[in-house]
Amino acid sequence: MELNSRVPAGPLEKKWDRHRFEMKLVNPANKRKYTIIMVGSGLGGGAAAATMGELGYNVKCFCFQDSPRRAHSIAAQGGINAAKNYQNDGDSIYRLFYDTVKGGDFRSREANVYRLAEISVNIIDQCVAQGVPFAREYGGLLANRSFGGAQVSRTFYARGQTGQQLLLGAYQALERQVAAGTVTMYPRTEMLDVVIIDGKARGIVTRDLVTGKIESHVADAVVLGTGGYANVFYLSTNAKGSNATAIWRAYKRGAAFANPCYTQIHPTCIPVSGEYQSKLTLMSESLRNDGRVWVPKAKGDKRAPGAIPEDERDYYLARKYPSFGNLAPRDIASRGAKEVCDEGRGVGPSGLGVYLDFADAIKRLGEGVIRERYGNLFEMYQRITDEDPYKVPMRIYPAAHYTMGGLWVDYNLMSTIAGLHVIGEANFSDHGANRLGASALMQGLADGYFVIPNTISDYLASAKPAKVDTSHQAFKDAEAQVAERTRQFLSIDGKRTVDSFHRELGKIMWEYCGMARNEAGLRKALELIPQLREEFWRDVNVPGSDVELNQALEKAGRVADFFELAELMCKDALHRRESCGGHFREESQTPDGEALRDDEHFAYVAAWEYAGDAKEPILNKEPLVFENVKLSQRSYK
Amino acid sequence: MNLKLRVWRQADARAAGKMVEYDAPDVSPDMSFLEMLDVVNERLTEDGQDPIAFDHDCREGICGSCSLMINGTAHGPMKGTATCQLHMRSFKDGDLINVEPWRAKAFPVIRDLVVDRSAFDRIIGAGGYITAATGGAQDANSLLIPKVDADASMDAAACIGCGACVAACPNASASLFTAAKVSHLGHLPQGQPERYRRVLSMVSQMELEDFGGCTLYGECQEACPKEISIDNISTMNRDYIMAGVGS
Repeated sequence: MELNSRVPAGPLEKKWDRHRFEMKLVNPANKRKYTIIMVGSGLGGGAAAATMGELGYNVKCFCFQDSPRRAHSIAAQGGINAAKNYQNDGDSIYRLFYDTVKGGDFRSREANVYRLAEISVNIIDQCVAQGVPFAREYGGLLANRSFGGAQVSRTFYARGQTGQQLLLGAYQALERQVAAGTVTMYPRTEMLDVVIIDGKARGIVTRDLVTGKIESHVADAVVLGTGGYANVFYLSTNAKGSNATAIWRAYKRGAAFANPCYTQIHPTCIPVSGEYQSKLTLMSESLRNDGRVWVPKAKGDKRAPGAIPEDERDYYLARKYPSFGNLAPRDIASRGAKEVCDEGRGVGPSGLGVYLDFADAIKRLGEGVIRERYGNLFEMYQRITDEDPYKVPMRIYPAAHYTMGGLWVDYNLMSTIAGLHVIGEANFSDHGANRLGASALMQGLADGYFVIPNTISDYLASAKPAKVDTSHQAFKDAEAQVAERTRQFLSIDGKRTVDSFHRELGKIMWEYCGMARNEAGLRKALELIPQLREEFWRDVNVPGSDVELNQALEKAGRVADFFELAELMCKDALHRRESCGGHFREESQTPDGEALRDDEHFAYVAAWEYAGDAKEPILNKEPLVFENVKLSQRSYK
Repeated sequence: MNLKLRVWRQADARAAGKMVEYDAPDVSPDMSFLEMLDVVNERLTEDGQDPIAFDHDCREGICGSCSLMINGTAHGPMKGTATCQLHMRSFKDGDLINVEPWRAKAFPVIRDLVVDRSAFDRIIGAGGYITAATGGAQDANSLLIPKVDADASMDAAACIGCGACVAACPNASASLFTAAKVSHLGHLPQGQPERYRRVLSMVSQMELEDFGGCTLYGECQEACPKEISIDNISTMNRDYIMAGVGS
């Protein structure tokens, strides 16, 4: 497999401009003759569908939720980065670029990241024009706050609901296009396969989640914006429905899957309370601006937090990383929490928790200011735990949150399948081995509003896809395969529920492919996963039929794909014998326990190619070339 | 604790539905309401029965998917809380809990507790936006927006589109939902050019969708998980009248 990143020549800061000039255009009158399928309606998909509709393309947009407004982008709390330098604190496009490359532990592609930093500025302008109610200062200017991994205040926010407001902006633009007839929306519809004809992505096969009807949709290009795969861990901060099926089906049709082992474990989530737990709730990282993270100095100290005197507390982030303190990047903060809990200094009933304490901030700023900044987060915390964080410190623990890995894409966001494009969290491109806070929203919107609408024109104008329709054999074959798989699920008639398998898979992944990984553990996981998968296909119980709304059937398909993806994640984690960002191999650390990269052997993107169910996937490498940034040991001390 | 549930079961849009009783033993007070239903569903599946279908996704109170009428109250007994954020500590041992879908002509039942809320999308499509195609928008800070206006706009924009306002309203009116969007955009300078056109087309779409009219019962703001104020309806009505005067 050839991996051509198609990064334009020329100096970093000229690449995107030059590329936009060099790309081919589709004449405005011809755009409506092209059909583009957009799978997913979150920040990436919603923005892309709306923008491509505005440009005049004929867009079909699919989502499994009942409305595009419910995509999981909506749950992002803290904010969106942009290199506006409104605060005059030394920010610039280059600094945002540099911070993102460094934050990603030098495992991302320079040119893509620079473009992201450049576009960040336009995103804020666009969102304000749409009416996104960002936080303001009394003078009417936009307010900013700082976020983990950065020493400047470049994060724009709308209370603790930034993702919601940005998504509603994109959703409103999308609904405007639906009403105008340029976009057709297919809610409660799940993509179950992508169809390739003459080497090009020409459509998808879907299941109507209400009637069960399996249908083909033809197009000139397909874009996936279906989010990440953190639900492979079962317990994660993702929505219950978030899944990897679209990207996994594409992988099995020939799209390379890049860096599957790069997963982000978010440091500030509410700890697990019991076996029935169905998901984990994130407490925005912005809380670390004013909250101080600590545990007791002594092991097994079970006193109430208020009874532990100051000199018996260990503010371990501030102690270990004096220059970033509580704002150390996510991977580092998460490992810090795991370390102190492994030492037996964790707090709460399970011992898997650390304190996030606002007492000082409340004393310094007053409860009113804290309420203004984080009111809704404090409320959410109280609702879940029945504890009042204005009075007692929050308890937090890391949880699976985001996946930096995803389908491999070139500079145009096209996968290794011609015509199949991938945007947002579903691709691998911008965050390297660790994503900085407030950068996911930025990437989703950059890809959706500003990158894909340009690069897709270039593809359509150059590829000139021939006319096909759904009577083509490739569609019939894909439909038959989807129907057969559905029939299989329903006919197993076993004893165990889909959720019980998913929960068990999640435990294996969390234990062996979670915050810290080692050779023996990964090998163990690679034994356990196929065993459990085999049991799943023998003993899963999927009730109901395929011609109705059947939520168990939906879950079964997603979990079956998670099983296969989990194995690929472990293989990738095993082969990468270095630590970088969210991927921490215990065998590769500095004397003081920090992640130790091995640039000589691993400065590449691992792009895995499907070779058949019974065969080992093929590892392809895209070397990472750094022309502008000097690789260094990442330090936040 | 041990609970009894009476849940609305309905095979599809055309089938007749009925309340069916289930036991929910060993419920932990720390479970969310939906986690309690998950456990019930696991057991139903193991017993060879069809699990209860209900909409849910983020389970952190922001996506607006969950939509249960619990003992006759939209989203249950806790004020300002969506079903997914309601925890079982709000109930006590031995309670009988009635669980129903949203009831409104404009929200037909799809199955069990799942309803079709696509009418909301069409109300937004009718005018719940600012026309600003992606492109060269002016610098974000060239537009000054007083903090009070931005805050008032955000208060209304917090709507999660769950439909509790409709379910709680004796008229099944979508006025609070529609007004929240009118008010979010109407508080901002960017929203002014389309302000009156917006309110006219959104209100007319709302009427086309079989929602009832507003007679100011105020049940909507009581049920709203985001506590969106009924004052927004006054804003909408004022704009609607102004739009009529202007045209």
